[in-house]
Amino acid sequence: MNTDTAATARGPAIAYQGLAKYYGETTAVAPLDIDIAPGTLVALVGASGSGKSTLLKMTNRLIEPSQGGVQIGGEDITAQDAHTLRRAIGYVFQNIGLFPHMTIAQNIGIGPKLSGDGPLSAEAIDDLLTLVDLPTDFASRMPDQLSGGQQQRVGVARALAGKPGLMLMDEPFGALDPVTRELLAHEYRRLHDDMGLTTIMVTHDMAEALLIADRIWVMAGGRIAADATPGELLAGGCGPEAEELVAVPRGQAEKLVEARRAALANGQVAS
Amino acid sequence: MNDLFGEAFIESFGRVPELLAEHIQLAFSALALGLVIALPLAVWAARSPVVARIALSFASLIQTIPALALLALFYPLLLVLNTLLGDIITPLGFLPSLLALILYALLPILRNAVTGLHAVDPALTEAADGIGMTSAQKLRLVEAPLAAPTIMAGIRTASVWTIGAATLSTTVGQPSLGDLIFAGLQTQNWSLVLAGCLSSAALAILVDTLLGMVEYGIAHRSRWRIWAGLGLLALGLLVALLPRGGGDDANTIVIGTKRFSEQYILARVVGQRLEEAGYAVEYREGLGSAVLFQAVANGDVDISVDYAGTIWTNEMDRTDRKPRDEMLEEITRWVDSEHGTLLVGALGFENTYAFAVRPEDAERLGLESLDDLARVSQQFTFGTDLEFLERPEWKAVKAAYPLRFKEKRAFEPTFMYRALSSGQADVISAFSSDGRVAAYNFVVLSDPEGAVPSYDAMLMLTGKRRADAKLVAALKPLIGAIPVEKMRAANYRVDRDEDKQSPSVAARWLRQELGL
Repeated sequence: MNTDTAATARGPAIAYQGLAKYYGETTAVAPLDIDIAPGTLVALVGASGSGKSTLLKMTNRLIEPSQGGVQIGGEDITAQDAHTLRRAIGYVFQNIGLFPHMTIAQNIGIGPKLSGDGPLSAEAIDDLLTLVDLPTDFASRMPDQLSGGQQQRVGVARALAGKPGLMLMDEPFGALDPVTRELLAHEYRRLHDDMGLTTIMVTHDMAEALLIADRIWVMAGGRIAADATPGELLAGGCGPEAEELVAVPRGQAEKLVEARRAALANGQVAS
Repeated sequence: MNDLFGEAFIESFGRVPELLAEHIQLAFSALALGLVIALPLAVWAARSPVVARIALSFASLIQTIPALALLALFYPLLLVLNTLLGDIITPLGFLPSLLALILYALLPILRNAVTGLHAVDPALTEAADGIGMTSAQKLRLVEAPLAAPTIMAGIRTASVWTIGAATLSTTVGQPSLGDLIFAGLQTQNWSLVLAGCLSSAALAILVDTLLGMVEYGIAHRSRWRIWAGLGLLALGLLVALLPRGGGDDANTIVIGTKRFSEQYILARVVGQRLEEAGYAVEYREGLGSAVLFQAVANGDVDISVDYAGTIWTNEMDRTDRKPRDEMLEEITRWVDSEHGTLLVGALGFENTYAFAVRPEDAERLGLESLDDLARVSQQFTFGTDLEFLERPEWKAVKAAYPLRFKEKRAFEPTFMYRALSSGQADVISAFSSDGRVAAYNFVVLSDPEGAVPSYDAMLMLTGKRRADAKLVAALKPLIGAIPVEKMRAANYRVDRDEDKQSPSVAARWLRQELGL
């Protein structure tokens, strides 16, 4: 995969071909055949242990599959070394993992430095900081001087520094407060569109998935129980696993609307 | 007590620079090699629980062996290895000390490094993997820098341990600050002991402080601290490695001693004579008995005073008894043919094991011989030096006389005489040339069965020096020239509690008395 074209063109297509992962007798991911079109934001939802993180991590070979394979942009992922593959794929995860002994600029620039492209210029670091809506004078700070939300913005900037076409995100905003989470999720969706990325995002927040994803895969017991757009899921008829997950935010939304109406009736809220 | 902080104290510090340099070279080499072994092993152990378990158990096991025993174990081991490899290694001195100290340094470095590497936040290793670091990049850029403060703490512990344990290398013939401590303990010259202890403690504290500075520098990203700490350590090592004055090694005569006053005095008698004859002299003091014999055999030590019975029983494995003259003749032939060592001759006195009792007990119980002792042995506590109960002489005495003691207690030779005098022991395995036997009026019991062999003091010369006619000529006048009374008197000058003399002063007195 060529990273230069990935940055300018739309993100690559992904093809899972008979991909499966077993741990002894346990099936983490059952044999899976499914494609993702270039430029799509796919959200993986499902209960804990449903196989969504395993599927995500098999995409950049943090976990090696038991059988089957993955193609990114038409090329098998085992065609190159695992670390070379990962340098061309953005990876963001819940625990962020900023290196505490490096400055923000060093953290952001570490990927390009590894692949031998030399360190990123100060301008490139500033551009990336601006991209994730952080002030450029953060470059010289240490990670522990930043808030959780700011740190994860740096995490996203670090993932984007290698100009990837594909972004893998494992509950990227799960540890943040609700306001910051909502904000970052929408900002990321804008970045995804602007840069023409392909994104696979694991989330336990169905509302988040419904609001920003193009497609939602509902996973249960290592299988994709439903593959639908947010509209289709909200309309219902996608199976009991999907219904169960959608019922929570839909119920909350309806109750909130009800509560607001009651408050308006009592004159407690300005209309 | 003699002048603790006076002239003797200043004199004691005179040997510190030379021994300190040896000490630094040894401890630093052990630490450096310990690092070379422990750090890669720690990286491996951090990735494999099996390796971690094996490596840490092994290092802990080593740590349970007393350092002194560890050093002693390397001597026979290297001796065997030397035989197999054909004389290319020296089983004495630097090598066994180095090996033992390396093993000693392993545990703290290994344990801290494994702990430090394990303590790296899993989120950071996941991030490193996700970014596309290779295993080596992850180690260099993430794991090593984050574990560095913990690893440095381990290195500091190892350095303090190594510097401390290096004092024990004296016992296998490696000069170190321990020379002062061991010699001082034996002659009860506390200013010597203090000089050795203070120097090695000061060295340990200094090195620990400098490494602490490096550790702080790593933890707080302060480059000047790291470089200043490492720079000062390197400077210290460089100074220790500088060649010191004292003539070239080939012409320096090395005189070795065992660990008691008589040996220190006789070494000075020989050394002073050789210096007057124009030789440069170096002393290798406080060696174990077997170690010293071997050192003369392979040329690490040029001259020693050994004892007929020691060689007869320990080296030649003989249990039979021969008259003194025949024994000397056989030993002379044997050391020549087996080791090429020249037995220059007997000095004229014996230092044999002598069973001594308090005079009032001797009179009250009518004790004159070992036969008499056997009658009352069940009420007696037997005080010995540290090795006597393991020696063949004790087996021979037990076989010849039915001795059944109430209790047996081992002492440092110095304290053995006091134990008898103060009643902690009722009979001791004294040395017949020791001045304290006469000074305390102890009664020496006779040996009618002749169970204890003759212990003529003999001058030994290593093979490669025997052709040096001038050297042999300087030694010859000592043969048959030292009567036991004079040796006792000289020993007492060093061993007594009041108005103690240094071995070299006692040696001058002895030479003057005898016109040597």
